Amino acid sequence: MSTHNEDASKITGAAAQMGMSSKAGPWCQALLAAAHERDDIIAMSADLKKYTDLTAFAEAYPERYVEVGMAEQNLVMAAAGIARAGLTVVATSFAAFLAHRGLDFATMQIALSRSNVKLVGAAPGANTTFGPSHACVDDLSIWRAVPNMVVLDPVDPIAAGEALTFALEYDGPVYMRQPFNRAGSERVQNLPSFRFGQAAILREGGDVAIVAAGDRVRDAVIAAQSLAARGVSATVVRVETIKPFDSKTVAEVAARIGKVVTVENHSVFGGLFSATSEAIVQQGVSAVVRPIAINDVFPPFGTPDFVAKELSIRAQDIVDTVESLLS
Amino acid sequence: MPLAVFGSDHACRAGSTEDDARGLGVLQPLGRVYRVNRSEDGRRSEAELERIAREIRVKSVLAARGKGQAYIGQALQSAELLSCLFFDELRWGPDLVDDDSRDRFLLSVGHYALAFYGMLAARGMLTDEQLGGYGQDGNMLTLGAEPGLVPGVEFAGGSLGQGLGVASGLAWGLSYRKNTARVFNYMSDGEIQEGSTWEAAMFAGDRGLSNLTTIVDVNRTQADGKLVLEIEPLAKKFESFGWWTTEVDGNDIREVLGAFAEARRVDDDRPRAVIAHTRLGHGSPTIQGRPNAHFVRVGADEWDAVANEVEESE
Repeated sequence: MSTHNEDASKITGAAAQMGMSSKAGPWCQALLAAAHERDDIIAMSADLKKYTDLTAFAEAYPERYVEVGMAEQNLVMAAAGIARAGLTVVATSFAAFLAHRGLDFATMQIALSRSNVKLVGAAPGANTTFGPSHACVDDLSIWRAVPNMVVLDPVDPIAAGEALTFALEYDGPVYMRQPFNRAGSERVQNLPSFRFGQAAILREGGDVAIVAAGDRVRDAVIAAQSLAARGVSATVVRVETIKPFDSKTVAEVAARIGKVVTVENHSVFGGLFSATSEAIVQQGVSAVVRPIAINDVFPPFGTPDFVAKELSIRAQDIVDTVESLLS
Repeated sequence: MPLAVFGSDHACRAGSTEDDARGLGVLQPLGRVYRVNRSEDGRRSEAELERIAREIRVKSVLAARGKGQAYIGQALQSAELLSCLFFDELRWGPDLVDDDSRDRFLLSVGHYALAFYGMLAARGMLTDEQLGGYGQDGNMLTLGAEPGLVPGVEFAGGSLGQGLGVASGLAWGLSYRKNTARVFNYMSDGEIQEGSTWEAAMFAGDRGLSNLTTIVDVNRTQADGKLVLEIEPLAKKFESFGWWTTEVDGNDIREVLGAFAEARRVDDDRPRAVIAHTRLGHGSPTIQGRPNAHFVRVGADEWDAVANEVEESE
């Protein structure tokens, strides 16, 4: 594998605050490993490579890095065109710009046309440090509704690397969220590897089921530990594949336990709460479902921790909701 | 290897000078002459291409009259361009639709699918019976031509302003793969109003995608009638984005052939824009006489007149 100079181009400012460096994060390491084996892998960005963990790739493979400038519409169009030349394309931007500005182009040229493009949305949900313009509370909802799209919400950068490895093997359109790099240092426990299309039961308990997606899985695990200390036993289900959704596992758990709390860094509309509720109804089982999600508001300005507190999507909020549900 | 692969080392390389003998249009001073990827069945005379353009019109009318209403004006206006492209300029044909060496054609303006189907019929790739299904419920011959069921359709063009960006990416990707095929994007002047067109134009110009040609079909009409927002000076716009341009009468076979030959001769890495001025409904006075011929409903009694006009048109 080609290497880059780790001392060069030290990333500062907002990107550094987001945990970025010119050194490859776990997600980019997965990309570099695949690119080392396959010369058909092309990566692209729209003036956001250092915010989307692509700097090391661009340094290692300059002939395979395509910079389109600050032009997300063309990012998506050109990605589809490059894929049509028989190549596998990874295109990154902030989740907000892909889902909102790129949607028409992605719908027509990637989804309808089944182009082999992996759209990677950084700083998803309320994870931006820039405020409402860069937040994206509706990406899962939007991409779920687009036919032919696979939608992934990995737990942390390590899982994002595993999800990317899957996506590069999968011949077709994928949207995946890219969590912050810095979350990678805070893995709560040894999680099972990413498995496409399969929800994973991380913990068994009979009082309540916590179904969590993406970076909120960590909060769910912390909440379950906290609840255990109070004598409440929780099952924790990790969902990283939002579409196709593992309805079977989720409905089975819901049927067995009867009380479900869903947790997501996303709008209450169209994401995990919706998918879980749909699965329960469709499978004909009976359960009460309470959402921890962004409740039809734009996230306020602030650091992700502050914003999560304001939006009530932290571990403590899960504990509170479970106790309210059980009381 | 850096992105300079698109510069002087570009895939299209010097080759035949056969075009010099053709005397088509006004040619640039001789520079490096690019190899021409001809259709497999060789050159056709202007008269032959005229005849094919007429056949494209006849077939387009045949398809449209079953539906009763259609983008027939645009189909009629683009027949010469499609004749020159698919029967002369492109390396393309029934046996090449899945061949990696084929020149790529993206119909950015999906609304012109009718003309494309007419071209496929003239090329022997659709039957008259199949043409009759145009625009019918569930039929593969949709109003917008999406890839999948119809051979030769490479692009979903109904949402306008998307062809140039995909064509640019495709041109980059083919060059990366050292594939010498060229990419042709066919867009309407209305698409000039889409901002995405200019994102793509900036990218293609900056990256020197000389294997990319866009045809801009300028009929100066759009859905609401005459152009609702001025697009000129069009050539200057493209040139300022780093493109080579030429302007022709898009309904004149000789001029169109000359423009493509001239574009091939360009001895630098600029992408090419052939700005083709066309006349909506060309070949049918009945259609041309409509006050707004953008999407035309033609009465059952009028189709015979339209069909006769295009069969007898020059």
